[in-house]
Formats: sequence, structure tokens, C-alpha cells
Amino acid sequence: MAKAAWPEEGKRRHIGRRIDRIDGAEKVTGAAKYSYDINRPGMLWAQLVTSPHALAEIESIDTSAAKALKGVEAVWTDPDLDKVQYIGQIVAAVAAVTEEIAEEATRLVKVKYNPLKHQVVDSDPALSQGEPSKREQGDVEKAFADPGLVVTAGDYGIPVITHCCLEPHGQVTEIRDGELHVWPSTQNVSRYSDRLGDAVDIPQNKIHVETQYMGGGFGSKFGFDAWGMIGAVLSKQTGKPVKLMLNRATELETAGNRPSAFAKIKVGLQQDGLIAVVDAEIWGSGGGGGYNPPPVPYVFTKVPNTRVIGKGIRTNRGGQRAWRAPNHPQGCFLTMSALEDAAAALNMDALDFFLRNVQLTDRPEVYAEELQIAADLIGYRRKAHLRGDKNAGPVKRGLGISMHTWGGRGHPSECDVTINSDGSVEAKIGSQDLGTGTRTVIDIVVAETLGLPLDAVKVSLGKNAYPASGASGGSTTVGGVSTSARNAATDALNALLAMVGRRIGIDADALEAKDGRIQEISKPDNSLSWRDACALLGPNSITKRGINTPNESEAQGMISSGVGGVQMADVSVDIETGVVSINEVIAVQDCGLIIDLKTAESQVYGALIMGVTFALYEECIYDAITGRMLNADMEFYRLAGLSDIGKLKVHMMTGKGYADRGVIGLGEPPAISPGAAISNAVANAIGVRVPHLPLTPDRVIAALQKGGIA
Amino acid sequence: MAFLFIAPWFRPRLPSDRLNTQTSKISCAKSPVVLENPSSIEPEVNHQSGVPRPDAFLLLVEYSEFHPIKRKATMTEKTNVPKIPAVSRRGFLKGIGIGTAATGLAAAVKPIAEAAENDSNVRGPGEVPIVLKINGKNRTLNVEPRVTLLDALRNRLDLTGAKKVCDRGTCGACTVLLDGKPIYSCSMLAVEAEGSAITTIEGIGTPVKMNFVQKSFVHNDAQQCGFCTPGFVMASTVFLEKHPNPTPEEIRFALGGNLCRCGTYAGIQEVATSAMKGGA
Repeated sequence: MAKAAWPEEGKRRHIGRRIDRIDGAEKVTGAAKYSYDINRPGMLWAQLVTSPHALAEIESIDTSAAKALKGVEAVWTDPDLDKVQYIGQIVAAVAAVTEEIAEEATRLVKVKYNPLKHQVVDSDPALSQGEPSKREQGDVEKAFADPGLVVTAGDYGIPVITHCCLEPHGQVTEIRDGELHVWPSTQNVSRYSDRLGDAVDIPQNKIHVETQYMGGGFGSKFGFDAWGMIGAVLSKQTGKPVKLMLNRATELETAGNRPSAFAKIKVGLQQDGLIAVVDAEIWGSGGGGGYNPPPVPYVFTKVPNTRVIGKGIRTNRGGQRAWRAPNHPQGCFLTMSALEDAAAALNMDALDFFLRNVQLTDRPEVYAEELQIAADLIGYRRKAHLRGDKNAGPVKRGLGISMHTWGGRGHPSECDVTINSDGSVEAKIGSQDLGTGTRTVIDIVVAETLGLPLDAVKVSLGKNAYPASGASGGSTTVGGVSTSARNAATDALNALLAMVGRRIGIDADALEAKDGRIQEISKPDNSLSWRDACALLGPNSITKRGINTPNESEAQGMISSGVGGVQMADVSVDIETGVVSINEVIAVQDCGLIIDLKTAESQVYGALIMGVTFALYEECIYDAITGRMLNADMEFYRLAGLSDIGKLKVHMMTGKGYADRGVIGLGEPPAISPGAAISNAVANAIGVRVPHLPLTPDRVIAALQKGGIA
Repeated sequence: MAFLFIAPWFRPRLPSDRLNTQTSKISCAKSPVVLENPSSIEPEVNHQSGVPRPDAFLLLVEYSEFHPIKRKATMTEKTNVPKIPAVSRRGFLKGIGIGTAATGLAAAVKPIAEAAENDSNVRGPGEVPIVLKINGKNRTLNVEPRVTLLDALRNRLDLTGAKKVCDRGTCGACTVLLDGKPIYSCSMLAVEAEGSAITTIEGIGTPVKMNFVQKSFVHNDAQQCGFCTPGFVMASTVFLEKHPNPTPEEIRFALGGNLCRCGTYAGIQEVATSAMKGGA
């Protein structure tokens, strides 16, 4: 009997190796059809009319001119909508025979607004509403009363940024024979259809969801959203398929953001550098909803005395959504910046400081090891200096450190594995591949389990008709799908071994699948090829369902959660221009058992690059007077380019003590630290904290004018 | 009027074969707009943002109240004078330039409208039949003159490899080759592309027969979600064909006209570097 437990190191054929993603060829040739690429016969294009006001009453909507335009087939409005609460909010939608006509028609929809006084500023705590929230452990006031402490206080801020998925939100919708077919850009194939049918009166058993390829989500694509409902209604009205994808401005204004966090933080250190107390007042906004202040102190959860006062600011801006490691990058930036400032006040080397305090984390040994590895990789001891690069010349260089943590436990997942009598194998799972390599991971696990080459297994995912699997968020996918696929493949193999054993008169327990053969474990020469073994199935095939139940799988050692990571940055800052450039960023990451080392490393590289982007460039800039987002395009909502990222090095913690923890998710953790590490490196270079991200030249110059080495 | 928004950290992104940019001239035969020679690679420091759709010329002044106007930095355009007097939105905007503001816009718009009335060679406004030579085959289609090359490819011909992302000539996801040179197909009108040889991602390789760059992209995992990937592959293919032994500096410079959100630049750098080593 084959066992579901992960094979030991040395017995793994595919798991843990560097394997090319299996859908790579489709993507590099343009053959991969993303949701945006689905063109259906007779399809209409829909475009949205969105609010130009941040807050306004709607007095009237006149769609007659739009309806009269040749080529327009339907106009959607919501009769109950009497108020808009943010710029970009959907007011109406038009479906027409071409995209151009649809867009022209949106300009013919006449909406009369009564603009009201809006509020889009998120950086002023005086604008917060309601009672502040409070979290406290120990006694902060008493702790600060200790005259032996070194106490520092500072202001810090990390702005609202947006997901900026390259494929915008949206979908193609088609109602055919009373059934609803949707091709959405989603992170949540299995549960996307929940309540989608309400507006068109179609039950969930008649909704077909398919997402083979999607162009980025990062936490913003879990539900069907207003545009999903509108697409279904327009499709019902017209009897035709409808493509509705957000334009770039609406995507950036409304389709999700990462909330801001501004803070005043006071830190008390003992003379030996041990953190005694952290007191933070945090405010920020993610739009019109509530506000949950990020965790401070982050990672150092065993600091004896801590207090966080949280103040939410409701703004007339698009609403927040999960953004790769919700609340962690903010908590990380605030904490690591304030702590590094405190260490600098004590004239203590940052690496010594963090090593001194790993005892206040949940995983001291892991962090200590990772700090050492990162320090070696970046040449820390050789390059490090205390605050302020004293070398002559306008370009100053510095190093910065940050630490982070994440859960990453696999989500509930089901998977079917079928072994056919011709030897072919198929895995079916209602999961989705966001570009993280999910298809490849499933292939690797099934092929490993059955002793087959990767191309012997067909992986079918991206449909809600397949066994349900969780949404791809929170780094939960790899643990979920690898375990359900492993369980399914193991059960299918055992059924095959039992059948083969009966036929050849050997106990199934004495058989194994290896290198494309079924063989006797003690006498490997006594074997038959996989194909011949499967041929014994005759007209039958074997299908087994594997399930990942997180609690059980964790108890069995299949999956786990809780990882630590350390990042270090080496930057240069031109103190004449204020331009920050990245020389090098190091990521040392713990993530349990790695299924595909190549795509795992890609996740970390990608996270670093995303982190460089939010450290240096990203910010949703709103104008207080007009309430508009000033950079709702990709020219001024800047993403890092190839020349901006410097040298990147990734070190994955593998081997004993790591791989034996089972599979743990990897998407979020490495995206947490870059902002803090880079900010600390800039402070180390120029001798003064640039309090707010992104580290734009104007902010660097402003900080230098207040002090530092200039 | 349109307001200026100058980002202090702004650096213009240029298309991928900037290293070999030849002097190019967009000419609109009947347009009174005098076009600058865009061959200079000097970055322009003043930028407005947000380009109106090509169909929105007559609404430009009104539109600009809401959407700041952008002028692009250097772009590679076809080097020949287009055979059809058409106005690309980029060419048009390049012509108006910064500082002309509302009066400049109005002045520019009027003669174009007059030209359209007086010249039988001006097409539209309804659908017109055009023939596009795509991946070696002539494809006949009907498009309104306002339809971009990208939308013609994606919406009319189901050639969806080129992606629509920024739709404003910033990100490079829509890159195709026009007479062998990479262009942003979101920023050219389909009618303008008539008479040129267009190569799309579908024309340079297939999953079973990838070109050397495509193989290298797969091998170096230079992709995640893959939405930017076709644009990067097009830009890299042309670049590496012209520069088989690029320096790291040249790679960063040449592929700086494409953007990725997942962060696949490390793999893309490897693609170019391994090409240099004769790998790929």
C-alpha cells in the first residue's frame, strides 16, 4: 500500500526539483486564453459609466441618447442608486456591438449629480470617526517610567496602494438555454458563483464558471462584484454573450486597494538593546469601510509592554481588498522602521539589534539562522556602518534589515485523480492557477505519487464543475491542492496495485509504482510497465477523490503553517537629487516542503520586485479638493521596470527542520518585508529616517533638510 | 483646461528597440499639425497624463477637463510616411505638445475636421474595409477608423496574444512588430497599419514550435500570470535578434518599455543573459 505521507528526501523524483511550469509554452506563445481573451460568437462589449464625483446625489439619469446610438443593444442602470460614494463608482453600463460604440454610448448617458462635500484625505488623525480601538498587553505607562530605558519616538506612514492587476477585473457572460456561463478573471473558481444568479434568477446548479488563465489578482479577485452582476443582467437582456472588463482608470480607482497606515510610535529599549515597550497610535483608511490597525509590534510579539490605539478614517474612495499579506506589510514597515530608529539612537548595529531581540519572536532559532544567512549573502559585516554613510561624495550607501511572518496553511480542497486503462492519468480540481504554478504543483505531486513522468499526467483545473477547492488567497493554495492531489493519487494507485496484485498473485502491499513500472518492492525485476498494468483494468478506469481537511492534514504532517523570513537591502541614495536606487535585495525564506523549487523561487523574486515597487514608487494620490485619484493610469501609478530592481538573491530554507514540516504557502510572506528593509537601508545611508513610503526623491530631500548627513 | 501633473520621480519608458531607433516621422498629410521628430532619446521632463481615445478628438477639450492629457516620450513608429492620411492618437498628441493647452487643441482640431470634409482620401467615420497583412497572411476586415490596431487584432480577428493593459502606450503588453519593429499596438490605428507587415505573438512560435526566446522564457520561468509575457517576448525577440550579445546595461535599457506586475524581471534578465552566453 502506498502511503500518503510525503516521500523522504532522497526518494523524491520530482518534488523539490527545479521544474519548468507546465503551461509555460501556452503563455509565451499567446495561445493561453485569459478571461479577457474569450471571444464568443455574437458577443457584445460592455462599458461602464462611472461617477466623476467622490460624493454626490444622483438626481437623474437619461439614457435615451445612448440607447438611440446605432449599435447599442442594452443599457443598464440601477433604479435604487441615488448616491455615489467614490470616484469611479458604477452608475450605468452600456452593451453594444463594438467596444468603440459602447464607449461612445457611455458618454451619451447624461447623469445629473448634486455634488456633496467629500472627504478623501487619509493622513490626518483628526478626521477619524468613532471610538478608537485599543489593544494592550503589559503596562505601557509603567514601562516608560523606567529611567534606564532609551526612549525614541517617530512618525511613520505607508500610503494606500492598489493591486494594479495587468488583466483588469471583469468577465465574459453568456446565458444559453437558461444556463449561465461565465469566464471571469477570478482567484476563486469554485465559489465564484455564490449568489451570482440572484439578479438573473438562475440557480447555482445552472452556473458554469471557467478560468483557465487569469492575469493577476493579488487578493482583489474573490467575488463576482458589481460588474459580474451587470454582465449577467446585460446578457439576459440582450440574449447575447457580453464582455465586460474594467478600463484601467476604473480598475485602479475602484477594484481594491491596500489600506494606509500612519503612526506615531514610541519605543523603549533597555541599554543592552532588548525591546521593553512599544506604544503606537495608528490611523489610516481603506475607503468607506472599517479600519483594522496593523499589528505593531510586528514579529516581536513577546515584547512585554505594547499598546496600539487605532483610528479609522472613512474616505470617499474605492474600498480596500486583501492585498498580498493583508495588514502585514504595513505592520512590518511601521515596526521595523521604529525599532531600527531606536537601535540607531542607542548606536547599536542593526543586525546585532535584531539578533538580540529574536528571543521576543515566536521562532527565535529560525530568525537567528536566517539573519546570519542573509548577512553572509549581502556581505553585511563587511559593508555595515552605523547611521549615515560618512564617505565623501553625493551618493550614500546603506544596509537595511527586516523580518516577517505568515501562516500559509493549506485550504480545504478536493481533487479527483483518474487512471485510465491506456495508462493516461488526469487530475481534476476546481482550483485556479494565478501564475503561481498551481497546475505544475498538481502535476508534480500526482506524477511523483504514481512514479510517472510529468507529461503522463493531465491537469484539469479552472472549472466549478470539478471538485471544489479553496480560493487562492492567503498563501493557502499550494498546501491545499498538493495534499488533496496526493491523497487522490495515493488512493487511485492503491486501487490499481490491489487489482494488479490480484491478477499476478502478489499482495498489493508488496508492490510499488516506480519509474513508470509497477514492481515488487523486494524484487524490482519482477515488474510490469505502467501501461501494461493499466491495461489490466480492461474497460474500466479508476477514479478516486482526495480531500484536504486542514486540521487532519496538519496532524498527519502533510501541511503546516507559520513561517519566518528575513530580508536585507543594500541601497544607494543620491543626496543631491533624492533618488534611491537598489543595489541588492536578499530574501531568506522558510516555507516548509517545496514542491517546485523553480516556481517557488519565482514567487519570492516576484514578491521582492513588488516590494521594491511599493517601497519606491506606489501610491494612490488623491486630490483633496476634487476628490479625484490623480494617477489612475500606468504612467503615473508607477510600477518598477527592469532597470529599477537591482540585484536580487533568494535563499530558500530547505532540508532538515524545514522540509519535514510539510507544505506551507509562499505567496505572501516575501512580499511583506521589502518596504521596511529598503526604508531602513535609506535611513542607514543618509542618517535620517524618510518617514513615509514611497521613498520618492521629494520625500528624501525633505527628510535630508530636517537633518541627516547632508 | 487640462492640468499638469509632474511626478518628480517620473522617468519615461521607451519601446524596446530604442537602441536602434531610426529617425522617424509621423506624417499626417492633410493635417496642419507639425510633428516633432521623435527620434531623440532625450527624456522629456514635462508630461501630462491620460490620452483621449482616438475617436474623441472633437471632444478633446471637454474631455481634458476630466482626464489630464499625456504626451508620450520617444516612440518608435513606422519609418515610412503612412499611405493613408490618418492620425494616430500619439502622433496627434505629439503634435499638440505641451503648453498649447486648450487653444492649441481647438486650433488643431478644427483643420482636421475640415480636412476630413474636403478630402475624399480621408476615411470614415463609418466602418471601412481594410486589409491587414498579419503573420504573412492578408486579412480583410471592416473597422471604423477610430479602432486601434490592438482592438482590431483582439476584437475582430481573435488574435488575443497581444494584451490590453494600460491602453495608453505605457506598459508594452500590446507589443507587435510593424515591418519588423516593435510598436505599441494600442497606440496605432488599424487603418494606419494597412500596407505594413504585422507580426503578432501568434506569428513567431507555437506551443509545439517555440522560438529561441520563448523556450528561454519557459526555461528561466520569466513569467508568472503571463499577461505581460507576450509583449516581453516580442520585445525580447527583436532585441536579441539585433543584439545577440547584449550587455546588462543594454538589456535594462532595451526592455525598459515593458512592465510586469508579478515581478518576473529576474527571469527576463536571465533570458537575455543566457542568450548572450549562447544558451537560450
